[in-house]
Amino acid sequence: MKDDKQAYWSPYFAGFMLGLVLLATFFLMGRGLGASGAMMRTVVFIEDALSPGHVEANPYLAHYGGGDKNPLDNWLVFEVLGVIVGGLLSGILAGKIKLNIDRGPHMAPKLRLLLAFIGGGIMGFGARLARGCTSGQALTGGATLALGSWIFMFSMFAAGYAIAYFVRKQWI
Amino acid sequence: MFAPLYKYDYFGVEVSYIIAFVIGILFGYTLERAGFSSSRKLALQFYLRDMTVLKVMFTAIVVALLGILYLNLADVLDMSLIYINPTSLWPQMLGGLIMGVGFVIGGYCPGTSLVASTVGKLDGMMYVLGALFGMFIYGEIFPAIKSIAESGYMGDVTLSDWLHLRPGLIAFFIVIMALAMFVFAEWAEKRFGEKEPVPGDTPSTAASTPQSMEEKIV
Repeated sequence: MKDDKQAYWSPYFAGFMLGLVLLATFFLMGRGLGASGAMMRTVVFIEDALSPGHVEANPYLAHYGGGDKNPLDNWLVFEVLGVIVGGLLSGILAGKIKLNIDRGPHMAPKLRLLLAFIGGGIMGFGARLARGCTSGQALTGGATLALGSWIFMFSMFAAGYAIAYFVRKQWI
Repeated sequence: MFAPLYKYDYFGVEVSYIIAFVIGILFGYTLERAGFSSSRKLALQFYLRDMTVLKVMFTAIVVALLGILYLNLADVLDMSLIYINPTSLWPQMLGGLIMGVGFVIGGYCPGTSLVASTVGKLDGMMYVLGALFGMFIYGEIFPAIKSIAESGYMGDVTLSDWLHLRPGLIAFFIVIMALAMFVFAEWAEKRFGEKEPVPGDTPSTAASTPQSMEEKIV
């Protein structure tokens, strides 16, 4: 809305563009966007490189990397590589690439890093249980009216608002 | 109907990977321009101070949803060929709750953490490592929680199947809901929003806008 005009788009414009990207994906591919699936595949790729037998023995891991399957041979993996390039491109063009730690005004940087790791861990676990994250479930499933995705979306925001008070020192 | 192009065999897997990469660039670029490379901006959503997440997400959902319906109506896109995320009631509810907790603690979701990492956010990088670790743990304990992970499976059911209402009508309700949420979001930002610069983030020019002066008086 009233964000730095150089760095940010209006949320409604950004949402419109994001919607067009998503629509283009449906039009071209018949599927939507994602993020966590590619991260899971990266994990399985590493596990497969270290211990193929271990991947073979676990049905969940074998689904991604069992037998001759390369877990990285997947549409989402290439999409997420693009996400990294796109984010970088935007950062370069806005001249905001800089090492720093995003946090509230009263938050110690080291604690913030620890909490980022913990929060990431919780969310990584939850994303696999829910079979997708904000991109794959809320955004994509939301637009295709998938019942479970709408349940997921409301559950996620409900829990976020319920917990927010207890971690407010990190942000406000 | 001739779309989805991939399902109509206009191109093969190799080309689809190139498309994936290009789509990904646009996706990542848009997320970054929306301001989603800042964990604080994302997290302030949960304190009603910055409702960008809600505005961006619901605008995007409405645009894509209406786009699908119109293209289907125009005999361009066969929406029955679009992949519908299958519903597993309990794991999606539980997974959603867990992710909400992780969201407000970690400040990102998986996609935005990648974008944050690319612009140099160290907390974004820590989040990515954490997420990979959390997924590793999930994969390892999957055999033990298999029954939970697969409970409440309902197949690829949509809101429209479930409520026995036409997709267009559901879309209409979602548009109304989105508009109501936007009105709420604008109100919430005026009421609770802050315009102090975010530490470490791009300095905001917002301090000079009329709206922020309003807030200072409040």
